[in-house]
Amino acid sequence: MSYIIPVIIVVILTYGHMKGVKVYEAFIEGAKEGLIITYRIFPYIAAMLIAVGMLRRSGGLDFLLMLLSPISNAVGIPQEVMPLVIMKPLSGSGALGVLADILKRVGPDSLTGIIACTIMSSTETIFYTITVYFGSIGIKNIRHTLAAALIAEIAGVVAAVIICKMIFKV
Amino acid sequence: MINKIWFFMILIAVIFAITAGKLELLSEEIFSSLSTSVDLAIGLIGGMVLWCGILKVAEKSGLVDNISRLIRPVMKLIFRDVPSRGNAMGAMVMNITSNMLGLGNAATPMGLKAMQELQTLNHKKEMATNAMCMFLVVNAAPIQFIPATVMSLRSSMGSTNPGIIILPAILTSSIALTTGVIACKLLEKTSGGGR
Repeated sequence: MSYIIPVIIVVILTYGHMKGVKVYEAFIEGAKEGLIITYRIFPYIAAMLIAVGMLRRSGGLDFLLMLLSPISNAVGIPQEVMPLVIMKPLSGSGALGVLADILKRVGPDSLTGIIACTIMSSTETIFYTITVYFGSIGIKNIRHTLAAALIAEIAGVVAAVIICKMIFKV
Repeated sequence: MINKIWFFMILIAVIFAITAGKLELLSEEIFSSLSTSVDLAIGLIGGMVLWCGILKVAEKSGLVDNISRLIRPVMKLIFRDVPSRGNAMGAMVMNITSNMLGLGNAATPMGLKAMQELQTLNHKKEMATNAMCMFLVVNAAPIQFIPATVMSLRSSMGSTNPGIIILPAILTSSIALTTGVIACKLLEKTSGGGR
């Protein structure tokens, strides 16, 4: 599994080279965009890390997690991951800040860290997407969209927990 | 919504800190969180530069078009009401392909275009069609082959194996997507609306 990243890179570069893409120039162009994206998301991450940090240090987060523990225990979601489960549908950059906070605490290669990363990369910011997409064309009645999207989101969280526990048995 | 959440997170933190008598811990926490976020951003730059560069090569080599061709038959099956050769289908296919490659910047404009095209097929302009609802649900659980941001975050946090999440993420989102599509098909019969 650890060679997956070099393999992806070499496959994409070889394919691009065969198709006549100036791979170096294209890479630089994209890399500049990556720099700009990081610059743009930094304020969101900082804002969220401050809020989560304050909430955790004050004991407020433990209290909220205790309120949610019946749900997390029933599904077997590690308690540390719950803030991410709640934040992810609402705000992508907010969720990234929450994920950073979780990884800092449990470590990126722990089972809990891997579950959190899996949830982050397999579900989308549905409230935001629904608002923007329907808003852009003036739809008022969204019918069953939110219900079905939330069902998908919940299925994703449960599946992430089960699949990660199966693959990375400890 | 996020405005309220952020505000209440901080308000609740301060109230808890006051009741526990450890308000001074909070100011220490604010500055340590800030320096964490700076360290994080510095680490994140490396990964983002790498992945956005690689993805740009993929984009320019026409990989997006190739994947589009692969997913089109599946899309036809899910979106029966949408003409398979029309603009709406084209934009939806491009949006979903961009999401799969983690090209978020390309996905959103294509998604908005798809919604506009779907609206031209809509008879009741203020009510969502079945196809629109389904398109949003498909967007709620995108299958990502290269979760660039999360991998970058993992390496900036000192992961020995940032790519380890690719497989579980693909499996998880496939399950979420399938569940969402089935739920959407079942619910569309009961939620009113025409086609």
